[in-house]
Amino acid sequence: MSAGKIVKGMSALALIFLYAPILWIVVYSFNESQLVTVWSRFSTKWYAALLQDEQILRAARISLEVALLSATGATVLGTMVGYALARFGRFPGRTLFSGLVIAILAIPEIIMAISMLLLFVALESATGWPHRDVQTIVMAHITFSTAFVAVVVQTRVSELDVSLEEAAADLGARPLRVFFLVTLPLIAPALLSGWLLAFSLSLDDLVITSFVSGPSSTTLPMVVFSKVRLGLNPEINALGTLIILIVSLVAALSLLRTMFRRRGA
Amino acid sequence: MIPAPQDSPWADAAAVPQLRIRNVVKSFDSFAAVDDVSLDIFRGEFFSLLGASGCGKTTLLRMLAGFEFPDRGAVELDGIDLLKLQPYERPVNMMFQSYALFPHMSVAQNIGFGLRSEGLSRDHLEERVANALKLVQLSGFAQRKPNQLSGGQKQRVALARALVKRPKVLLLDEPLSALDKKLREATQFELINIQKQVGVTFIMVTHDQEEAMAMSTRIAVMDKGRVVQVGAPHEIYEYPHSRFVATFIGSINLFEGMAAHGPDGWRVDCAHWGGPLRVAQDLAALDHHQVALGVRPEKIRIAPPDEHLAADNFSDGVVREVAYLGESMLYRVALPSGFLVRVAAPNVGTRFSPGQTVRIGFDAGAGVALDK
Repeated sequence: MSAGKIVKGMSALALIFLYAPILWIVVYSFNESQLVTVWSRFSTKWYAALLQDEQILRAARISLEVALLSATGATVLGTMVGYALARFGRFPGRTLFSGLVIAILAIPEIIMAISMLLLFVALESATGWPHRDVQTIVMAHITFSTAFVAVVVQTRVSELDVSLEEAAADLGARPLRVFFLVTLPLIAPALLSGWLLAFSLSLDDLVITSFVSGPSSTTLPMVVFSKVRLGLNPEINALGTLIILIVSLVAALSLLRTMFRRRGA
Repeated sequence: MIPAPQDSPWADAAAVPQLRIRNVVKSFDSFAAVDDVSLDIFRGEFFSLLGASGCGKTTLLRMLAGFEFPDRGAVELDGIDLLKLQPYERPVNMMFQSYALFPHMSVAQNIGFGLRSEGLSRDHLEERVANALKLVQLSGFAQRKPNQLSGGQKQRVALARALVKRPKVLLLDEPLSALDKKLREATQFELINIQKQVGVTFIMVTHDQEEAMAMSTRIAVMDKGRVVQVGAPHEIYEYPHSRFVATFIGSINLFEGMAAHGPDGWRVDCAHWGGPLRVAQDLAALDHHQVALGVRPEKIRIAPPDEHLAADNFSDGVVREVAYLGESMLYRVALPSGFLVRVAAPNVGTRFSPGQTVRIGFDAGAGVALDK
């Protein structure tokens, strides 16, 4: 067997390994049977059931709201952190600052969850704020995803030729103008990928969310997890299929956009 | 061309310099990048800061632009203290070595960028941009993006973008280093023409001595953070003050020896030459000092050994190496002492080959005695 064939075979195996479970969910979402593992016949009844399920729809709305807010917040904070690390030189405490940012990536999720819960509880009993609901989830999500955005933005800013910003200043632009007219448009792709990363991290976070959420703020992963504990329901397959569909559409659109851009340039 | 006196305000004691740099010092950690530099630069000059990389020339330029601030010293432009101003407040613009064109803006937007903060009317702004494009002969390129331009076109957009602000001084950081040799030569003349048209003072940083010689009214040669000599190109070349400048600018033969006075006037007793070298220069200040007599290769003539060579100093030698440069021949001639002398001869008449015995000689006025 030639090397090319071995590579192809291994690639195929890897793809099957990665995508077979996903394909399984898609196929079984069209299964009529009440039992998740037994195929009876084709049906879309679980999709209809899903669209009637107030609990899931509400959780999906909350999840999206949390993801949008926390991804945006994390992008703003993370951009400031990444820019400072890349551009402000050796300011006092830089090593400590960058270490603390990176440490968030390494701290076990469960530890973060407990510490944030304790913080919110202590804060609430001391000041009456924050009440545990969507806002505490958003704050917790911003906390862990800011570090990811910061790393992505720092890398991009470091790659950016400093003389572009210097040229803008030389041409009479004050620092804020330089940032918004030159730096920001040039690091925008990094901001977008940072935002998407933060969005998806927020969307599927379960551990931290479970700790800091309140009774009125159940997110989608929490609903799914609780449903799974009560026994698998084919409705979850339908939900998974819809999410996969949305993610693939977004991925396909961004791919098309890059291809179109390359051809346009 | 040697500038006429009215073109050389630096020779006029009453002339007021446009830019005064006074005892400027800039250190990074403990390393003095710029060490006590003072320069007077006059309106309309094409001034070059010349030196090897790491000599502090770029740091000095960046301090003029405002990207670095000196630890000590003063910089005044038309009587205004530049050091009190941020880069975006200085009436100075810079052309970057990388050109630093904004990749997400068109050529017209790049050039108009500096005008947007000046509060001009739309028509006025467009007219200024169009004029700037015309100046650099890129009128049809307004809507292109930087990545659709050649290196030479990018260079001209960068120039237009810096000039459109009508700065009092234009700073150029290695403006030609990214161009190939042919284009570089054409661009040199174009830059000189544009500078004459707009009348703005140009200060250029370069490591290329030919570029500095060809373009500048004056050159400041820098070494280890200090200015070692300032002068017009011909002064720097013909009358270097030190061995460093003599060897940095062009190529030169250094004949080491003791300066002394004899019946025929001043001489340098050079063991390598095997006798006294007659010197036209007055060496009274250097009497009995160890000096090096610097003689440029093209000032030394070369002839067959039997031919009479009308020169104040001459010696026999053997050709060791020959380099054919097209316009000239470069010989390395070994003197009887074994010392190698570089001789450049125009590519006419007799050519000599390695191993041939020749006679070389130069006039008393051809050399310059250097004690530093």
